[in-house]
Amino acid sequence: MVPQSKAKALNMKYSIAKRLTEKQKTSIAGYLFISPFFLLFAVFGAFPMIFSFYLAFQKWNGFGEMTFVGFQNFNFIFIDPVFWKSIYNTVIIGLLGTVPQLIAALILAVILNSVLVKMKSFFRVAYFVPNVTSIVAVAIVFTVIFNEHQSGIVNATLGLFGLSPVNWQTSEWGVKIAIATMIFWRWVGYNSIIFLAGLQSIPKELYEAAEMDGAKKWQQFLFITVPMLKPIIIFVVFTATIGSLQIFAEPLIFSGSGFREESITIVLYLWREAFSNNAFGTASATAVSLFLLIIAFSVINVLMSNRLGKTGNIRG
Amino acid sequence: MTKKVNKFLLYVFLVIGAFLSFFPLYWMFVMATNPNHVINQIPPAIVPGDKLSENFSNVLNHIDFFGAMLNSLIVSSVTTIGVLFICSLAGFAFAKLHFKGRDKLFLVVLVTMMIPPQLGLIPQYFIITKLGWLNDLKAVIIPGMINAFGIFWMRQYIKEAVPDELIESAKIDGCGLFRTYWNIVVPSILPAFATLGILTFMFMWNDFLWPLTVLKDEEVYTIQIAIRTLQDAYVKDYGMILSGTFWSTLPLIVVFLVFNKLFISSLTQGAVKQ
Repeated sequence: MVPQSKAKALNMKYSIAKRLTEKQKTSIAGYLFISPFFLLFAVFGAFPMIFSFYLAFQKWNGFGEMTFVGFQNFNFIFIDPVFWKSIYNTVIIGLLGTVPQLIAALILAVILNSVLVKMKSFFRVAYFVPNVTSIVAVAIVFTVIFNEHQSGIVNATLGLFGLSPVNWQTSEWGVKIAIATMIFWRWVGYNSIIFLAGLQSIPKELYEAAEMDGAKKWQQFLFITVPMLKPIIIFVVFTATIGSLQIFAEPLIFSGSGFREESITIVLYLWREAFSNNAFGTASATAVSLFLLIIAFSVINVLMSNRLGKTGNIRG
Repeated sequence: MTKKVNKFLLYVFLVIGAFLSFFPLYWMFVMATNPNHVINQIPPAIVPGDKLSENFSNVLNHIDFFGAMLNSLIVSSVTTIGVLFICSLAGFAFAKLHFKGRDKLFLVVLVTMMIPPQLGLIPQYFIITKLGWLNDLKAVIIPGMINAFGIFWMRQYIKEAVPDELIESAKIDGCGLFRTYWNIVVPSILPAFATLGILTFMFMWNDFLWPLTVLKDEEVYTIQIAIRTLQDAYVKDYGMILSGTFWSTLPLIVVFLVFNKLFISSLTQGAVKQ
């Protein structure tokens, strides 16, 4: 009996050893398989981001010596009226481009979800086409559509109604409305299809029950549709907010490289400081400010969506 | 009766919407086929003209259109292949392999998704310069392969699509983990490849800020950068500008119309499932 149990013990020991190496093998493979991402991210993601914080406190023209200047870069941009103008422009263009757009997208989704409508797949494709068009192409075509002359198609249409042409390219609000329209056009269909997917996941029984209780259509919309769509609405608003803060291509193409004050956005200001003025310190200070601004807006978003949740609970 | 009126109103709304959706693209074509003086007349032209080839040959005189299209194709496809490989491999590790710190590292991946890309823009530019990659397509391709969302997406998909037993049995058969990935995981996640592939390809094809920063030489322009330079001419020939814009947009629209179901589900899935 003794040798047999000894063999058993040996066997067990052997299998433990084997299992250990198996486990180690798995670990090594695991680290190896995730390493390409982390290596690339370290070089082209994490390091540049951290280095931006360092550069924000240096004076640097891109090739000479860096000199530590403390908060001077921040002081410089904070007393620059154009910096504040760029924040103002970004927020206004963002609001003009997203608030009406999301409302329209929701209405569109509700209509597309209606049993009355046929040819749904045709409309889905039609509304999605703008999103496949590149931002550069969109900006170029809208630059022509919002041409300042009377021959511009928007001004010509205004003329049909007896309205005088608008200086889309040079007036404070003209520029913003034109850029907001580009954002509206490119994203309204995309967001309505996301809303539509959400609408289709709401159980029909909820509406049937509400109908039996005598709830009107608008009541059903307000007390069933909106609360059930809450997670998707929050997601869409969140991405739209972050996206708006990063607007760059549209104003650059619409107003040209002259960085007009009516349309300069935060990222455009950053770009101008870096690649037009060779002021990489203030450009980095702008990047850090943008980062903090995005965090602030995200926190506001989270707080607001929490409140939305609470009021929903009280009602529901 | 009211139901009929309602139905009619809904269709009117939808048709106007569809018209507005297509109109800028149609108008792109109208301008691409008209001479400049017709575009500038009042009221503007609203039907296609006969200058289709003339406008396009003007484009070819200004930019290397086909070269730029090829550059975009190279950048978008190579990056897409890289992203699919890197993300599925990492997704497999995060979904199925047990190693120390796995969940914490996955959390790190998720956190990197929240950071705006512009934060690191300037140091990134200098890293590319130091590496000697300025005016090299590598400068766009290699950083483009960082895709945290892709890892998240692949992990979720592999978790559901690949049963643990399958991986266990491969192990018993003496299959190495990379072979397990290649022979078992990859064939079962092809739909996820399609989704992430379309997302990445579209993003890279349309990307503007980063290529504008690191590709300064005409030879390496992507199509987005190239068509933008059409605008820089002192006298604006809209027929020419819009011709370049139209022909650069058309291929992707055609591919989208052919595979519209796959495109729409791919481009919206990330949002819907999160």
